[in-house]
Amino acid sequence: MNPWTPGARTARQIFALAGRNLTKVRRNPGLFLDTLFMPITFLLLFVYLFGGAVAGSSRDYLRYLFPGILVMTTVLAGLTATGLSINRDIKKGIFDRFRSLPIARSAPLLGSVLADSARYLVTLATLFVVSFLMGFRVETEVLAALAACGVAVVLGFALSWVTVLAGVAIKEEAIVQTIAFLGIFPLAFGTTMVAPAATMPGWLRAWIDVNPVTQAVEAVRGLLLGGPVAAPLTATLLWSAALLVVLLPASVAVYRRRV
Amino acid sequence: MDYAFQTRGLVKRFGPTVALAGIDLAARPGTVLAVLGPNGAGKTTAIRILATLLRPDAGEAMVGGLDVVRRAGEVRRLIGLTGQYASLDEDLTGRENLVLIARLLDLPRSRIASTADELLDRFGLSDHAGRRVSAYSGGMRRRLDLAASMVGDPRVIFLDEPTTGLDPGRREDLWRTIRSLAADGRSVLLTTQYLEEADALADDIVVIDEGHVIAMGTPAELKQSVGGGHAVVVRPADPAQTRVVTKVLMAAAGREPDRLAGGVVTVPVSGSRALTDVVLGLDAAGVDVAELSLRLPSLDEVYFALTGHHRTGDDGKETVE
Repeated sequence: MNPWTPGARTARQIFALAGRNLTKVRRNPGLFLDTLFMPITFLLLFVYLFGGAVAGSSRDYLRYLFPGILVMTTVLAGLTATGLSINRDIKKGIFDRFRSLPIARSAPLLGSVLADSARYLVTLATLFVVSFLMGFRVETEVLAALAACGVAVVLGFALSWVTVLAGVAIKEEAIVQTIAFLGIFPLAFGTTMVAPAATMPGWLRAWIDVNPVTQAVEAVRGLLLGGPVAAPLTATLLWSAALLVVLLPASVAVYRRRV
Repeated sequence: MDYAFQTRGLVKRFGPTVALAGIDLAARPGTVLAVLGPNGAGKTTAIRILATLLRPDAGEAMVGGLDVVRRAGEVRRLIGLTGQYASLDEDLTGRENLVLIARLLDLPRSRIASTADELLDRFGLSDHAGRRVSAYSGGMRRRLDLAASMVGDPRVIFLDEPTTGLDPGRREDLWRTIRSLAADGRSVLLTTQYLEEADALADDIVVIDEGHVIAMGTPAELKQSVGGGHAVVVRPADPAQTRVVTKVLMAAAGREPDRLAGGVVTVPVSGSRALTDVVLGLDAAGVDVAELSLRLPSLDEVYFALTGHHRTGDDGKETVE
């Protein structure tokens, strides 16, 4: 009676729900400003205040910093926006409607995260424009730059499930927010984004080496400026896959049981 | 399949709180069952279990002969739910909300738009189809919420306090809509705090309080048990005469009247003579009457008649989740 296989139906449900989220974003453009505010502030602040002192010139420092800013943007957006919006949705009762429908349990969660990932692409494009105006130039080719965006989005997508899990497991929005912010500092800033690890104390270097965000920063740097790509890219993808394999089923399981 | 839905010995606890202490409900296909009770009685919990949103701790719940826990996926194909808090997306328009649900339910592409438009028309929302739900009034939201639960053409509809917070005119509108749902042969479970609403809509009424069923029957049977359907309300001009009024009502109704705040005395009455008896009695006792009326008993009076005591802890006890 229905020509769609279960997998294709689930995919259709996910796209329908992602479409809903994107419509919401279109109607509240302020959400974009939220995700853009931090990275742009960082770019301006670091490049023009410290750039000269750290790297000799603002332009050289922009070259070093910008790849990291791209990754930080998706990591911040993934850790803050997605899980929080799911937490709000659940409270508003619309998830009750979804849960009473004969649809895949994972569809509302995946739809939200997928829509956010699409949103990151627009944010990243805006950042490229801003950095171009500041003097940043991609030193490789267009395909590599697109791959760099892909790396940033994939890691942001994977990390957003940390907040999704917190969002479905915890009722209090304030607590979810706190968890997201606790995650932000070590993950987004404990990296080689602002300076090479060589100048940092040993304990911090140890963390930076294991932090998946560092791997993504190095991969994006390689893709935009040339340099080693294979090793950090592989590490980023493995980390992202591992995060998804653990967090996605856990989130769906908790959501299913949530009362 | 004998019943559209039923529960047997349904128990649900939230920590130390017992929300349902063994509830039996049943409705034949094509009928409306009203679950009547105050805040915190367990109405929402019962509806959420039947709608597959909560698991019971004991007992069983079936919809269309299917167990709501073991065969939740199939049950979801049969039901439509309108929650106490409108389950809509505020940032989408009314039409977009319905289209989203139609897409999620895998309606054929050709029928998605027509289904949404038909429902908007049927629920009187065509003029507001393109407005965002955040700009809707309370009554419009309830109607859109009902429309949303009808997209999948469910056989069983759960309505959790559908008219709470609506002004009386809007409430009558919604009553008409709910009647039309049942007239299509669907079965409806409706929770409410108003006897008047249960009386107006339901084939059968179950009264619950603190997780227990305290009465059940047809509206006529239930009203009979509280004295035939109406209550006389008397407020003497001089509050000092409250005692005299109480005596007169006692004599006319043959049961203990209830004294409310502000010198108001009320008692359920049966038979057409009762009001005349009250008027003659008050006249004979020389009571100067400020207010005299005949109305359906309130839920509070139903409880008083059924249990002999007033409800305590009126508000703020309803366990939503």
